[in-house]
Amino acid sequence: MSGFSFQIDGVEVTAKPGQTIMEAADEVGIYIPRLCDHEGLRHQGGCRVCTVKAGGRSVAACTQPAAPDLVVENETPHINKLRRDLVGMLFNEGNHLCPICEASGNCELQAMAYRLGMTEPTKFPYLEPCRPVDASHPDIALDNNRCISCGRCVRASQDVDGKGIFGYVGRGIHRHIAANGPDLRHTDAEVTDFAISAEVCPVGCIIRKREGFARPIGERDYDDHLIGYDIEKKRDE
Amino acid sequence: MSDLPKARIATASLAGCFGCHMALLDIDERLIELMKLVEFDRSPLTDIKRFTRRCDIGIIEGGCCNEENVHVLQDFRRNCDILVGIGQCAIMGGLPAMRNAIMHSDEPLRECLEEAYIKGPFTQNKTQIIPNDPALPLLLDKVYPCSEVVEIDYQIPGCAPTGDVIYEALAGLLSGRFQGFEREHIRFD
Amino acid sequence: MTQASTFETDQDQVALICERHQKDPHRMLDILRDVQDQFRWISRETMATVAGKTGLTQVAVEGVASFYAFLSLTPRGRVTIRLCDDIVDRFAGLPAVVEAFENALGIAVGQTSADGAFSLEYTPCIGLCDQAPAAMINDVVLTGLTPEKVREMVAALKGGKRPEDLISHRFDALSPYERAKRMVKNNVRHAGAVLLGPVPEDAGLMKALAQTPAAIIDQIAASGLRGCGGAGFTTGMKWRFAEQAEADRKFIICNADEGEPGTFKDRVLLTERPHLLIEGMTIAARAVGAREGILYLRGEYVYLRPLIEEVLAERRAKGLLGKAIMGVEGFDFDIRLQMGAGAYICGEEGALISSCEGLPGEPKTRPPFPVTCGYLGFPTVVNNVETFCHAARILDCGAQWFFDMGTEGSHGTKLFSVSGDCINPGIYELPYGLSVRALLEMAGGEDAAAVLVGGPSGTMIARDTFDRKLTFDDLATGGAIVVFSPERNILEIVEYYMSFFVHESCGYCTPCRVGNVFLQKAVAKFRQGLANPADIAYLKDLSATIIETSRCGLGMTSPNPILSTLENFPLVYSAMVKPPKDRIRATFDIQSAISDARVLAKRRSSIYDKDFTK
Repeated sequence: MSGFSFQIDGVEVTAKPGQTIMEAADEVGIYIPRLCDHEGLRHQGGCRVCTVKAGGRSVAACTQPAAPDLVVENETPHINKLRRDLVGMLFNEGNHLCPICEASGNCELQAMAYRLGMTEPTKFPYLEPCRPVDASHPDIALDNNRCISCGRCVRASQDVDGKGIFGYVGRGIHRHIAANGPDLRHTDAEVTDFAISAEVCPVGCIIRKREGFARPIGERDYDDHLIGYDIEKKRDE
Repeated sequence: MSDLPKARIATASLAGCFGCHMALLDIDERLIELMKLVEFDRSPLTDIKRFTRRCDIGIIEGGCCNEENVHVLQDFRRNCDILVGIGQCAIMGGLPAMRNAIMHSDEPLRECLEEAYIKGPFTQNKTQIIPNDPALPLLLDKVYPCSEVVEIDYQIPGCAPTGDVIYEALAGLLSGRFQGFEREHIRFD
Repeated sequence: MTQASTFETDQDQVALICERHQKDPHRMLDILRDVQDQFRWISRETMATVAGKTGLTQVAVEGVASFYAFLSLTPRGRVTIRLCDDIVDRFAGLPAVVEAFENALGIAVGQTSADGAFSLEYTPCIGLCDQAPAAMINDVVLTGLTPEKVREMVAALKGGKRPEDLISHRFDALSPYERAKRMVKNNVRHAGAVLLGPVPEDAGLMKALAQTPAAIIDQIAASGLRGCGGAGFTTGMKWRFAEQAEADRKFIICNADEGEPGTFKDRVLLTERPHLLIEGMTIAARAVGAREGILYLRGEYVYLRPLIEEVLAERRAKGLLGKAIMGVEGFDFDIRLQMGAGAYICGEEGALISSCEGLPGEPKTRPPFPVTCGYLGFPTVVNNVETFCHAARILDCGAQWFFDMGTEGSHGTKLFSVSGDCINPGIYELPYGLSVRALLEMAGGEDAAAVLVGGPSGTMIARDTFDRKLTFDDLATGGAIVVFSPERNILEIVEYYMSFFVHESCGYCTPCRVGNVFLQKAVAKFRQGLANPADIAYLKDLSATIIETSRCGLGMTSPNPILSTLENFPLVYSAMVKPPKDRIRATFDIQSAISDARVLAKRRSSIYDKDFTK
């Protein structure tokens, strides 16, 4: 089967067989918001922020295959409301103190809230979980308070680094990411791992020691651009 | 325009750093335009301690960490038509709320105070006494965002919010046409 | 020194357990279950050993060990008592039973006695709602508990009796079937023509073997049979998809993970019709071209394990499983029993397959669907126990015979598990299309104020709609019918079910993991009288988000207890809301917020105590 076309918010998009809606959208410069998905990593479909309406059904764009003549709604008031709810859930599930977080300005969760215009008083309760900080490793620290369970580090370590230093443990609201050992020092994690790199952790959970706050305000990833800018600029080109 | 009665604004700084109040000045010369439209009632800026009459807009900086904060906030809610939380402390507790998540124990408050005044590695308190003057308001069991204590109508995000965002919000609210912020202006830090 | 040597021996035994399962990472659940049974917990050292043997990372092993409720990362008692804390059990006297256990054992629920002899814990519905309160004690179950029975039981256990001895002093001499019958009553109240009436042995299989696979599927399709687990997918279509899929291996999986609270029909089929079930699976294997099957039995039904194993062995001996079944050359099919370990989510098709693969019970991304890419990536048919039993009967008696029963779109009979406030709780096999009222009359539950059809993921209806029909198109149900009398508190029921979903969400996707916690907290606010009128809209709005964005059926249905009661019992909610005074939140309680500080500072509040001394 050769390429086919479908629609996202009225724009005609060409896709190759086997491509997901998100992959096809990325290629043509249509940004579909996402947190657990990251280029080069297996799709997970866990955060659900990429929810779109495809052929009338709400699906995760990162895992849903594109199909000929599919009509996809991406940036509608309704879909963005769902996304605001989801991002709000992630904020209130953990302990996200933007003012003191070194990821602030480079944080995808925060940037997603900006993009979605999340400024209304939260309807959700704060869960204020008690989560440990693991600073055992000489070069890396984990502040689990900020973890949104996206699992990008899990997949990066397993599939790219070939190590498996992280994994999911527990169930339900207690499900969380754990190191493959009593703490990170007792794993073969290295600061040079892809899983530890700045691009993998969307928030400020995985911290490379001695390099915090390196970029001043004004020069950070989302100081001048909305998240998704890098994809959307392709459309203008 | 000038015939209209001026809108009355009250402000308060609860558990915050007063930075959001300082940030009001970042509106810069637009402040002059703004002052033509508003009059400040109860506020640290006017040093008026009690509401002189009902206000149109109350602006709250900081969350609630002690009983006095709660009292002030409830007073604002009773006396203001629109209540606006300004800054991350008012919105979600901010820095003071760090004690909420970190101090999980049977006696979180005691542990927190001991850490701050006695046991902390950088504490220099020769008296080894936790301050307890009768004039000090009682601390709450944890720090509450304003919206958990009273209904908050609008929020101005930031730590501290930029002058642009504050102006956007105030101008919008005064004209009765506030539609949210420009996405590009939103900051949580 | 002795510590070290015990450690070695223990880990040697763990290694032996791994060897027993061919060090196969896909058998992780079996390995960990065996470890749990032997050592009563899974230690970090054990996980390291298992990881080493199976070639997985330790955190991957921990991921499985920490997912299932029946596996424990801290030591559990040699006798572990799991009290079913379903709402039906609570209404049937659970609190007194709990108190009796706690007093007799000297531990609270959630604790293990200091000598390591006993653990006491809660577990969600164990499929014994018709004889509640019920409990699992290690691998046996006890029903109809009363405080007196509990005291006798604990005395016997403390006196050195095994849990099995509580069932019968000659437990070991009983057949697996006799043991099951001693433990659990079937409570078949109405036997229908298809499943619980007289059933000839393997007649369906014999007729199936005389036909082509395509003809078998045609018959199933023509019968109108739809999945009996709850979702109601057309069985014929499912089989056809799997039949058409090209693959070296194909699998037939029986979903006996009957976890929907209030459902216990499969328990009765597994006890009374195990041969019919295996017959149905064998027919399915013939139809789609599968050689391997898995029967996934929920951990709560571990007491049925010997019975199922005996049936499988018997059928192998008779040539009804294994090579050349019934002498048909080239028709090979065998089944392994996969025990679950306490996870409702494993009733979801994809999660069940994950669990069979030795993974945490997390649903799989769809598409691809199991019929093309299921167990280990091979085409897989997953059907409910009842569905397979129906299939075998259809092959024997004909598609038309089945099609003629029931109503348009809902053909054949259905097993209903009726429990709660009625005189005759138990199993009713009835054709589709009966009204709820008619079923209530049969069960002696006419006084009901509310009936939960399909369990918490189904619909709660009120008296004015008892004429609604039990069909796929009206009130669809996997079988659960829970009856609530007028004195029951609807909000208490709803809050319990939300806590159930919070407990059972796998946590993979945001809306289900987090949103259900928010819903539970919101319902609690209603119960405490702290909700305001806007909270009703909040419940609906949050529910809608969870339903629309969740990854699998759990999150897509978990708000149903709230939504269906909001719709059918609106007064229950509106009676509990109060408009906030001066827009000050009722949920914020200044008295409790300053109570710690009052004690620490040894003084009273100059602001708030004046007002509260009156």
